[in-house]
Amino acid sequence: MYDGGKVIIGLIVLFIICTFPFFYNMGRAAKVPEPKLDTPAIKKLPEWERVCVQPTPWMRANHMRLLDHWRNWALREANREYIGFNGKRYTISLQNTCLNCHSNYDKFCNECHSYMGIKPYCWGCHLQKPKEWAKGELKEGR
Amino acid sequence: MEVNRRQFLKSIGLFTILGIGGWSAFELLVPGQIEAQYARKKEALRAKRWAMVIDMTKMDEETAKRCIEACRRIHNIPDFYHPVDPKYKVDPKKARRWEIKWIWLEPFEHAFPDLEEKFMPESLKEKLFVVLCNNCDNPPCVRVCPTKATWKREDGIVMIDFHRCIGCRFCMAACPFGSRSFNWGDPRPYVNYRNPEFPTREKGVVEKCNFCAERIDKGLLPACVEASNGAMTFGDILDPNSEVRRLLREHYTIRRKPHLGTEPQVYYIIM
Repeated sequence: MYDGGKVIIGLIVLFIICTFPFFYNMGRAAKVPEPKLDTPAIKKLPEWERVCVQPTPWMRANHMRLLDHWRNWALREANREYIGFNGKRYTISLQNTCLNCHSNYDKFCNECHSYMGIKPYCWGCHLQKPKEWAKGELKEGR
Repeated sequence: MEVNRRQFLKSIGLFTILGIGGWSAFELLVPGQIEAQYARKKEALRAKRWAMVIDMTKMDEETAKRCIEACRRIHNIPDFYHPVDPKYKVDPKKARRWEIKWIWLEPFEHAFPDLEEKFMPESLKEKLFVVLCNNCDNPPCVRVCPTKATWKREDGIVMIDFHRCIGCRFCMAACPFGSRSFNWGDPRPYVNYRNPEFPTREKGVVEKCNFCAERIDKGLLPACVEASNGAMTFGDILDPNSEVRRLLREHYTIRRKPHLGTEPQVYYIIM
């Protein structure tokens, strides 16, 4: 082999460069998200009523799909009422139904979204509830 | 296994009974009970074709301003002349170019350019007319939209899905009434009264009056109609007993540019 030493050194350098991110981040795993649900609107509900429109595991996996359907039903078909898995009726509205309970953007929405590295732009239009709501300082129903 | 003719016919009959008695029977007797996850709200207003009559004899400038303000507050419409924070101030020329119009005032010769006569009653010529999206029955804006972000709802309201709008502004070019506005920048710093129940818009989408579709679905009349003290009437134009039809029967009404064939659904009583 011609220039064997140089080739082997090159291979080692290449290996180091390629695997650098793994070594660099070793032992520094990103914090597993722990979305918090303790907003005043949820706290007000009795324990047995603290459910979303669908069971939590389903919502965790499919909430974006649900919102997609919600938008089409409400806007295109004027059907603005959703019947939840337990038969309860909800107004189809991200801003007025979802965000009323899930008013804590940083600790609920962003916790997982930033962990997954995705940036949904729902809040570019849909108004977040004021910060005070999340802390329970501002009364609801203005 | 051999199946003779008799057994074959018997099994066909059995499966037919199963089919009738199963899921489809439920659908026949109580339609929509099994699969439906969504419904129209019980209190929603319903019509075959929504239309509006504006009585200009009752609509003075003060009433008009009140209607416009009601719309502005309810739909989070930005006012580029008055930013929330002075640091977002834009010069008046730009503010005028960026203006978002849902319902606004227009002099007679702009609202009805084809009806302008050389000698007209001054009361009419100098009057400011309330104009808004006509929610046309044959909307040219809908025909040109390449993404189906705008469409005509079953009850005739021309809707926009802001999620789907790509901001190509074909619809603005197609609309002969100038009822559509483009968001040249982020409107949020210019929304002075934030209605927490309605979204704002983002840079790059087109918006217009939606006949308060979100309020109709909740059983409320459009915001401007509510604020107009009876100068505006909203109702079903295909229902011969509706208030709108009564007004059209009793008064001579005009529409904006009817010769273009878009079938505007906002009618004006002028005298």
